[in-house]
Amino acid sequence: MSDAYYEKIARINLSTGEIKAEPLDLEVAKKFIGGRGLGTKILYDEGVAAVDPLSADNKLVYITGPMTGSNSPSSGRYMVVTKSPLTGMIACANSGGIWGAKLKFAGWDALIVEGAAPEWSYLYIEDDKIQILDAKEYLGVLSEELDDLLKAKHGADCSVLNIGPAGEKQVLLSCVMNDKDRAAGRSGTGAVMGSKKLKAIVVKATRKQLDVIADVDALKEANKACLKIMTDNPLTGAGLRALGTASLVNVINGIGALPTKNWQESYCPTADKFSGETLAEKYLVKPGACFHCPIACGRIIKHDDKVIGGPEYEPLWAYGSDCGNDDLWAIDEANRLCNEYGLDAIGVPCTIAAAMELYQNGCIKEEECDGVPLEWGSPKAIIEWTRRMGDPKTELEWLMSAGSVRLCEAYGHPEFSMSVKKQEIPAYDARAIQGIGINYATANCGAAHVRGYMIAPEVLGIPAQLDRTVIDEKAVWAKIFQDLTAAIDSMGTCLFTSFALGAPEYASLLNAATGTNYTPDELLEVGERVFNIERMFNKAAGMKPEDDRLPKRLLEEPVSNGPSKGMVSKLPEMLPQYYAVRGWVNAFPTDETLKKLGLDECVGK
Amino acid sequence: MIEVRFFATLRQGRGKIAQVPAEEAAAALDLFRRFDIPAEEVSILLINGFHSKPEDPVKDGDVISLFPPVGGG
Ligand code: SF4
Repeated sequence: MSDAYYEKIARINLSTGEIKAEPLDLEVAKKFIGGRGLGTKILYDEGVAAVDPLSADNKLVYITGPMTGSNSPSSGRYMVVTKSPLTGMIACANSGGIWGAKLKFAGWDALIVEGAAPEWSYLYIEDDKIQILDAKEYLGVLSEELDDLLKAKHGADCSVLNIGPAGEKQVLLSCVMNDKDRAAGRSGTGAVMGSKKLKAIVVKATRKQLDVIADVDALKEANKACLKIMTDNPLTGAGLRALGTASLVNVINGIGALPTKNWQESYCPTADKFSGETLAEKYLVKPGACFHCPIACGRIIKHDDKVIGGPEYEPLWAYGSDCGNDDLWAIDEANRLCNEYGLDAIGVPCTIAAAMELYQNGCIKEEECDGVPLEWGSPKAIIEWTRRMGDPKTELEWLMSAGSVRLCEAYGHPEFSMSVKKQEIPAYDARAIQGIGINYATANCGAAHVRGYMIAPEVLGIPAQLDRTVIDEKAVWAKIFQDLTAAIDSMGTCLFTSFALGAPEYASLLNAATGTNYTPDELLEVGERVFNIERMFNKAAGMKPEDDRLPKRLLEEPVSNGPSKGMVSKLPEMLPQYYAVRGWVNAFPTDETLKKLGLDECVGK
Repeated sequence: MIEVRFFATLRQGRGKIAQVPAEEAAAALDLFRRFDIPAEEVSILLINGFHSKPEDPVKDGDVISLFPPVGGG
């Protein structure tokens, strides 16, 4: 074994209690790299696309990439891949911290969890030993406290992944937390754990580093070269450490693309009050970093008398301008509650924003709000409704915890849900930034910014500055960004490295670690293969061409204020161009495209 | 007047906003000089919310936003 994989997957059946170690099929692993790619391939082959996501038939794959746990910069990522109960399509939620690296150190490339436990349980992994233990005493415990309790029991050197009360109750906006403040955040992965009565996975490993690298010297060289590029790059070398992703609040507002009041406006005059600059000035203690990451984009903040993980750009925006709020303390508090209850810190505030628009229009009545009216800008509302969505009891709380699509449909206004494939859209207005609209519309996991971050070229000028207002060549750019992202995610490296590194650097890291011989173009082709098999999973799950869409508001209601006033998304013009460059017809790959990508298992499906 | 807005590290020693008489700057570059900002430190330059180049002209009433390298996801 010397290819950056431990060549071992644990298959854990919670219904029967059976735990098996299975060999990793190396040929398949290298074809899909690992992580996101291999996780999806496993689920596709095992027919998971057709199952009810909250039934015992769904499977949860916790999977590392070959780079996870290696000495390469920012390579501590793992992914939770499953069928999403929120979208009904593929979920691949990516998280940092140290849990993924520890799983690898314990000698496992992935865990496949099947069935459903008869009683609440958790998994305890100590190197090659895996046990299913009783979790009844931990029911209802908040995420951070559970981390402490399980560390007290199993030792401070273990790492804890868990769900909060939201996941226990199968809240569709629940997530998987690890290492206290890192989240595999989107698509409702926490609810799938809850449906299996699986409260936590604790990992302890004797190994402190990977001992299966194919070419240690070559990887050392590649790491050194990449680290130099990242250190010399002003963003990965200093910018993200200084202000974190929160630095985007003022940039995106500056161009008039900061959705405000559930996207009724796109510019927020008081955005500086919840910006990265203000966060740093008022609350920042120090930057935080995941495993082996020199970028350190995380925010460690002082919140009342505690030091905790602070908000990223997304919750700053979503609890900020999207809810018409500029109280930064309240955003920190609501974000803390997301971490404690195990909630998606994008989906939850966006759903609160949609509820506020329903309230504005008199659809949700004050008497339904149980003393906390859903008024724009109310700090009390964003905090209290987050808590309620994390542990829902009333009908409205349950409805909101299921996301904005189900909420807005129930009140007869589906158009207020700013979502794609039932997942809430992140923090960039696709009317003001044309290319990102392609990504929102076509991301296989539902609306996402981290599946092809067109903000890099369209706003940040990385690797080149594109005109955000036009559609020229955006389809080609979007495809390349999506494919490269899929490859990086599959490697187990953090996507943020791509502000500095490109396909040649990633190929050099992967080849040194695994002994493959990918050229940069071939690496992109692997990414394309991953994107296509995700799409075929969705097809098998019942996705329709019309699911590649944007909300009507983005296509028909021009931006109402700020620098981008008057703009709408030109998605209908871009989408056919995008399908053409992908080799897709009507939203799905042709057989010819599938064959070209070596996806023979999907041909004719 | 031209309004100049500073962000992130460019605020250090400059504050958040400055007003400059329109006749004192013909191009964005003149504002860099006035506030002693090396051009390479400005990663994003917006004139009225649109990406611009240092040599682009500025006029009365314009809002100029200056960002060092920032980003995220
Ligand atoms: S860049 Fe940020 S999110 Fe990525 S690994 Fe580093 S600290 Fe974690």
